[in-house]
Amino acid sequence: MPFELFVALRYLREGRLQTWLILTGVGVGVGAIIFVSALITGLQQSLVDRTLGSQAHVVVRPPEEMPRVLERRDSALRATVVQRPPQRVRSIVEWQRVQDLIRRIPGVVAVAPTVAGPAMAVRGLGATSVTVRGIEIESYEPIVDLEGKVVDGRFDLTGFKAMVGTELARKLGLEVGGRVRLQAAGDRGGVYTVAGIFDLGNKDLNERWVFVSLRGAQTMFNLVGGVSTLEIKGTEIFQADNLAARIRDRTGLDAESWMTRNSDLLVGLRSQSQSSTMIQVFVILAVALGIASVLAVSVVQKSREIGILKATGTRTASVTRIFLLQGAMLGMAGSLLGIAIGTCLALFFASLATNPDGSPRFPVDLNLVLFGRSVAVALVVGLLSAILPARRAARMDPATVIRNG
Amino acid sequence: MADTASPLLQARALTKTYGERIVTPVLKGIDLDLLAREFCALTGPSGSGKTTLLNVIGLLARPTDGRIFLDGHDTGNLHDDARTRLRARFLGFVFQFHHLLPAFTAAENVMMPLLSRHRRRKSWMRPRALELLEEVGLADRADYRVIDLSGGQQQRVAVARALVMDPPLVLADEPTGNLDTEASRRVLQLMRSFNERRSTAFLIVTHDEHIARQCDRVVHMVDGRVDSDTRNGARVAPPPD
Repeated sequence: MPFELFVALRYLREGRLQTWLILTGVGVGVGAIIFVSALITGLQQSLVDRTLGSQAHVVVRPPEEMPRVLERRDSALRATVVQRPPQRVRSIVEWQRVQDLIRRIPGVVAVAPTVAGPAMAVRGLGATSVTVRGIEIESYEPIVDLEGKVVDGRFDLTGFKAMVGTELARKLGLEVGGRVRLQAAGDRGGVYTVAGIFDLGNKDLNERWVFVSLRGAQTMFNLVGGVSTLEIKGTEIFQADNLAARIRDRTGLDAESWMTRNSDLLVGLRSQSQSSTMIQVFVILAVALGIASVLAVSVVQKSREIGILKATGTRTASVTRIFLLQGAMLGMAGSLLGIAIGTCLALFFASLATNPDGSPRFPVDLNLVLFGRSVAVALVVGLLSAILPARRAARMDPATVIRNG
Repeated sequence: MADTASPLLQARALTKTYGERIVTPVLKGIDLDLLAREFCALTGPSGSGKTTLLNVIGLLARPTDGRIFLDGHDTGNLHDDARTRLRARFLGFVFQFHHLLPAFTAAENVMMPLLSRHRRRKSWMRPRALELLEEVGLADRADYRVIDLSGGQQQRVAVARALVMDPPLVLADEPTGNLDTEASRRVLQLMRSFNERRSTAFLIVTHDEHIARQCDRVVHMVDGRVDSDTRNGARVAPPPD
């Protein structure tokens, strides 16, 4: 065992109470960091998962229709009123070519052609407005895992079969095998059989969305052979804004990311992250001050011994290392204790409240990266906090401290 | 090991002052040669500068002026680490209050200079420490924590530690000042026996005339200067300039 490690370990063992107190302090601090990080990351992940559980990362649409003002080539002064036309469901021009173009953009995982438009869902005397979404199961499945969200019936959109949300089913009294009329503008539509009922985890979407086959929606919105939207999944969810910008640049179409559509959620997530960072910074500061103060006291208590070590041939660098090692070991051991404390706390908290399906209501995200980062931070903080006490110890004049203590 | 007749330590015109605003001169021009294998007492009234001289020639403190040669090495311009290396190689220390490290056992205290010199524990170190503890009569206390030993035993551990690197010179500051008569006698006997068997030179700061009388040479200091220097009763000539 290296000399400095031997002495540092013995000093830590000798100051048992001090060592345990500071280890507990570091442990509680690191535990708090782990608990807060795991909870906030878990909650954020859960929120993002729920949001993206029903949405594509980027949605591409044709540009909105805008009226063109006809210019007359004379000098007469005219007052012109430009009225915004009502938007209708339109197809993306040459959508197959655009789809291929988007697929080749780096960062794109999957592209699904869809048709989406407003309609009325009517059953008997009950009616409600819905958004009909025409999809191809094969291309849409990589974007949103609908199959996993079916709570009754099965995921089948062949022919005149439709999937409705739990809220719509409740509102119109629909059951699997029941029938519902979907009617779009221009009295286009048809009677569909409910093949399955889904729960997207969002009450509003469960009430408004109805899935039919792509072909059925194309007919309903008079878009035979066309698609109104291309829905895209990217590799990085938080790079969706950049991906949307790249798609806009390449295609000239409107491309909107989930981040733009859910800007309030993102502001919330960022605020959470910032408050979590602030908590972590203050905890790290408290841990650093704790280690530094214990080592500073230790240097004062051991000043005579430091003088003796130097008098008997221990070099200044070795004295410095003895105290740096103590700081590093306190940080390392404290962080391991903290991982245990934080993990227990997080798991306990997650077990307090559960969803009906048994999943935790407050999910926590405990992972090796978080643990590794905590150990690294505590190690660096331990070393940094030991620098000043170590330098003070190294500067001690052996003759003076041996005489005066 | 240096020749008996050649000076192991040479101090020339050593001065040491303390304080910046109020300057207090403690050493006022000390010239002193110490030969290898000498058993020498450094006496003088309190405040005469004995301990300061010991610290300065032990390279624990730098002189304000003057030069020190240790086995021919000029120590004047050496940086702290070089002084530490020289100290570890040539000097052993015994302090009045033994100054052992309380967190360690007797054997570990004795091994400490070896550990810090070689940077890690080696298999031969403990037998070497046990051999010395045997010589000071404490082999059966090797694994006791030093705080569990009596004052006399602690001082004997300190003597063993001072000798573990086999230094040619041991500097002892009032080594018996804190001990009862029997323990004092035993520690002195021990140092004398090492001087005779291992040819280790000793420079012993003491107030005790009984100890001084048992030394071959007595250097007496008064007010920061060497007042008298006698070897076996005969005056020692001051070293040449």
